[in-house]
Amino acid sequence: MNIDSIRNGYVLDHIKAGRSMDIYRYLKLNDLDCSVAIIKNVKSNKMGRKDIIKIDALIDLDLTVLGYIDPGITINIIRDGELLEKKPLELPKKIVNIIHCKNPRCITTSESQLDSIFLLSHKANGKRTYRCAYCDTEHQR
Amino acid sequence: MRHLIDITDLSVQEIDELIATAEDIMEHPDKYAEACHGKKLATLFFEPSTRTRLSFEAAMLDLGGKTLGFSDAATSSASKGETVGDTVQVISCYADIIAMRHPKEGAPYAAAQVARVPVINAGDGGHNHPTQTLTDLLTIHRERGSLENFTIGFCGDLKFGRTVHSLVSALSRYQGIRFVFISPPELRIPDYVKENTLDPLGLPYEEVESMEESMPQLDILYMTRVQKERFFNEADYLRLRDTYILDPAKLQTAKPEMRILHPLPRVNEITVSVDKDPRACYFKQVANGKFVRMALILKLLEVRV
Repeated sequence: MNIDSIRNGYVLDHIKAGRSMDIYRYLKLNDLDCSVAIIKNVKSNKMGRKDIIKIDALIDLDLTVLGYIDPGITINIIRDGELLEKKPLELPKKIVNIIHCKNPRCITTSESQLDSIFLLSHKANGKRTYRCAYCDTEHQR
Repeated sequence: MRHLIDITDLSVQEIDELIATAEDIMEHPDKYAEACHGKKLATLFFEPSTRTRLSFEAAMLDLGGKTLGFSDAATSSASKGETVGDTVQVISCYADIIAMRHPKEGAPYAAAQVARVPVINAGDGGHNHPTQTLTDLLTIHRERGSLENFTIGFCGDLKFGRTVHSLVSALSRYQGIRFVFISPPELRIPDYVKENTLDPLGLPYEEVESMEESMPQLDILYMTRVQKERFFNEADYLRLRDTYILDPAKLQTAKPEMRILHPLPRVNEITVSVDKDPRACYFKQVANGKFVRMALILKLLEVRV
């Protein structure tokens, strides 16, 4: 399978196998005019299988969304056909209007115009989780 | 401009300052009698709460200010479908500070995002009630002279009791506190309180079912009501409601200096005969609530006396 290498744009690498369509939707890549390639189930020494997305334009990427979906993703920025930068991701401290609170008693479930805000919270066992800024309910993925 | 939505919005130093101010108001009420002259407090109570609303209103009146507001969503524009945000922006034009109670969790947080005056959370569903926590802290401080080095037992509904969660969170920041959680298995303290508050700080706590066995070690006993509105099944409510009833017989093994707190209202979990016991502090707690709310209003309005 041949996918043309890109001159100016992004290569999103090390996406967990099967998650590329989630990222496609979250980043609204459907709205772009440029070429976008989704490569699924690529063999990977590190991950076994992985997905890759290539975007043939230097759009504004919402790293917050990507960091939330999968902080293990590597973003390669390509300019003039050369690798300009590898951007590591981390879990964002705050995410807005990406996930929604499922607590029926939360104000956001009855007033839909409110921003859906989740804040990163640390647990004693080292796990990190997101809690609704309004009602503190933990988000279950 | 500051709001009070969650007790953790206040640092330990700020809580200590509020307690000191409240105690000064108790001793020198005349000094504060006109501190808020010309200021207005709006009490926006989207669900009824006699005690909390009147406590806020009494607090503002005793500071020389005035009050306005509503005590039921049916008599506000919420009944016409107005959002909390719009209501608060309108009220910001009329009042200098807002105290809000709402049945939906997080409504005061939503209000604080758009309000042009300070917002105080006066209770949002089963979530937070920070001024009750300030009231509890002031009461413990007045009875013990300190907020450090004691064992507190929480008894009853520890699962849905927002006052318990907030007080545990507040006390976890003070030194030398031991927690004893006394409840039936169905109403145990939620895991997230242990995981987020107690475990990270390595604070000592135990979970037990027997009030009698725990009684001798307690310095504070914090009783709670099993809330009917939290149950879907009436039979479960009736069974659990009567699990713990504090009466004079059960107090026989308690320390003479132990203090009994309750956020009120009570149903039957403390018998009326306990009211005469010098260890009963729940009506003193009500009085303390007004003074600590006075201190909070002064702080958020940035009034110096």
